[in-house]
Amino acid sequence: MRVTATALWAIGLIAIAAVARGAEPPALRIGSKRFTESYILAEIAAEAARRKGGATVTHEQGLGGTALLFRALEEGSIDVYPEYTGTLAEAILKTPGNADLPTLRRMLAPHGIAMTDSLGFDNTYAVAVGPRVVAERPLSTLSELASRPDLRLGFSPEFLGRSDGFPALAARYGMSDLHVQALEHGLAYEAIAQGSIDAMDVYSTDAKIERYHLTVLADDRRFFPSYEAVFLYRTDTVGRVPDAMQAIRALAGTLDRATMIQLNARAEIDGWTFASVAQEFLRSKGGGDPAASLGRERPSIVSGMIEVIGTEGPRHVGLVAISLLLAILVGVPLGVVAGRNRALGRWVLGATSVVQTIPALALLCFFVPLFGTGIVPAIGALFLYGLLPIVRNTVAGLDGIAPALRESAVALGLGEWAQLVVVELPLASRSILAGIRTSAVIGVGGATLAAFVGAGGFGAPISTGLNLDDSALILEGAIPAALLALLVEGLFTLIDRLVIPRGLQLQAEVRAEGT
Amino acid sequence: MPSDRHYVRDAQSPNDPPPRTGSLVCANAETDAAGFVDEGRARRRFRAVFVIALDGVSKTLDGKLVLHPTRLFVRSGETVALVGPSGCGKSTILRLVCGLLVPDTGHVRVDGMIVTPKTVQAVRRRIGYVVQSGGLFPHLTAGDNVALLARHLGWSPPRVAARLEALARLVRVDERLLGRYSAQLSGGEQQRVGIMRALMLDPPVLLMDEPMGALDPIVRARLREDLKQLFIEWGKTVLLVTHDLDEAAYLGNQVALMRSGQVVQQGTMRQLVVAPADPFVREFIEARPPCA
Repeated sequence: MRVTATALWAIGLIAIAAVARGAEPPALRIGSKRFTESYILAEIAAEAARRKGGATVTHEQGLGGTALLFRALEEGSIDVYPEYTGTLAEAILKTPGNADLPTLRRMLAPHGIAMTDSLGFDNTYAVAVGPRVVAERPLSTLSELASRPDLRLGFSPEFLGRSDGFPALAARYGMSDLHVQALEHGLAYEAIAQGSIDAMDVYSTDAKIERYHLTVLADDRRFFPSYEAVFLYRTDTVGRVPDAMQAIRALAGTLDRATMIQLNARAEIDGWTFASVAQEFLRSKGGGDPAASLGRERPSIVSGMIEVIGTEGPRHVGLVAISLLLAILVGVPLGVVAGRNRALGRWVLGATSVVQTIPALALLCFFVPLFGTGIVPAIGALFLYGLLPIVRNTVAGLDGIAPALRESAVALGLGEWAQLVVVELPLASRSILAGIRTSAVIGVGGATLAAFVGAGGFGAPISTGLNLDDSALILEGAIPAALLALLVEGLFTLIDRLVIPRGLQLQAEVRAEGT
Repeated sequence: MPSDRHYVRDAQSPNDPPPRTGSLVCANAETDAAGFVDEGRARRRFRAVFVIALDGVSKTLDGKLVLHPTRLFVRSGETVALVGPSGCGKSTILRLVCGLLVPDTGHVRVDGMIVTPKTVQAVRRRIGYVVQSGGLFPHLTAGDNVALLARHLGWSPPRVAARLEALARLVRVDERLLGRYSAQLSGGEQQRVGIMRALMLDPPVLLMDEPMGALDPIVRARLREDLKQLFIEWGKTVLLVTHDLDEAAYLGNQVALMRSGQVVQQGTMRQLVVAPADPFVREFIEARPPCA
């Protein structure tokens, strides 16, 4: 028992240390949405701030969609992120029409948020069709698309869901007859290349338009508003890290549309890392720092994986360990209570089972309005997920104790607490540990979803890779996660040996020989 | 027959006023028992003589009457063997005595205390309970099993060690076995360790549920002899459950024969043989004649 407790505390402390790492002030946290351009812009801001110095700059890659990023900025879990004026006006501030920059600034001020000038390009939404469609029958405008109910349209969930997205577009052009399905943006290109969809939403700076030979349809009824790229930042950041913010604001006006397409192509087609793209851009702008241009080629999967293990590993392990520790601290006592009181036990098991049926991603998203973004909702969801196996196995373990042994403990004159601690829990230890092991393995897998609420971990490269349609990047996260699951399995075999009382192990061996 | 030595020890039980003389251990205690009408001296005498007393105790489990209203008395320092076909309620009586079950009617008295939720822990510490095949906790070593309650009660390590050593000698357990787990012990060894555990706090009362049920004949015979000696030498008051009439005759001063939740006859083996209370007693005894 003592060994278990010590080990668990140690794991907990390591986990807390792992998560707390990298929180040295003054921190400047830059967020990005889940698409290449947002990654690149955020990386450029981060790199510019780093070169200026005076702040510990981190780039929280691919935190989520617009609503989540804006919320994270309001809450202060990030300080800066790249945004587009059209998105801001429609999706967040809910202003109809094309609001100009001063109006937007005025509306942002009460949120404690400020905005840079336009970075120099406009990345508006557009709809593109595949080469096969155009070859069959010419198609060049959105009005023509509206009269083609034979085409299959694959639009990103965000475009389908937001008020300035598809619903408004359909209303303007009368597209109610069209066949539309939701498809992750990163997957839509492959889908259009394979011919399983005919049209998709793109951004006007999209690097893949050329690669996939897509035709961008003209917005003949001038539906799409202007999407000037800007950085949003918390007003208090200027006082906290003035030099770094100065460097970020100075990026305004330095990026034209052609450059942006080129930068996107560097990352998506030539396979450069976002950091290399950002460094290359700043170097070309006369930022100096020749060392930065080294190693801009994308690293191999193996070296990428090693890097991911180094950067995301501690956080992933930390997420799993903290949520597991909480699940143990709550689950074992719950299991004991459920084992003692049958009626209550049914409720406890029922409730934890219901939690288990909620998809992990849904549970995570459900926590965002409650706890904001980052590690708190991730730990909360993982904790709830890990609860059931521990509770169930604690109950099963206690139930499995031979009645004669239980009676012996009572007849000896041990008090209730002593019966539990000295006799019942050790006898149930094998089953309880099996539950904890299950919970840990579930946790390692589930924690990959934590990246979707910006908690990082091995899910970060996975979600980035998914968004960029980059299977190498997906593997860089998926392989370490799988390895970690195996490692956890192995670790628990060892823990079993240490924690399960020797007498029980001997008993199991004797039984095995007997059969 | 009870000796003075254990009589004196019984008299030290805190809940009982010390009886004055040895004459309390009288031959016809049953008559006293039947005749205790006033709350005076007679009652105190009764308590001192009968260390275990079930008075009008009945029990229903899962809607089935497993024990009819029963009177059963065990005199200080004596052994009563409960015999009868399986399922007749023998073990139910043991469980009532140590408070694992609460009687529906009547009351159980152990060493002068009525067993109630309030007194049950104190009662249990005056009882050593031995179950079939020892009931050892498999996660603890033999020694830790024996010492479990003493350590829980805060005995000092030297005191625990000394007691373990003395018990090992008494119950004839090789001290080296105490470091082993029950999976590493033979059936006889497990049973002896179980007896050590029951004796750890030197309780005046022993309850034994088929203590030799799982043992082979040779081990059984040896343990039986040792037990008999131990009961007499240490003056334990013993309630023993067995289905083996041989064993009952050998170990018990008295035998209580049970059938479907009732004590049919309680008396010495001779009384049961010579004057069986009903045909069932005769049949039971004739089916398994005790050895000479």
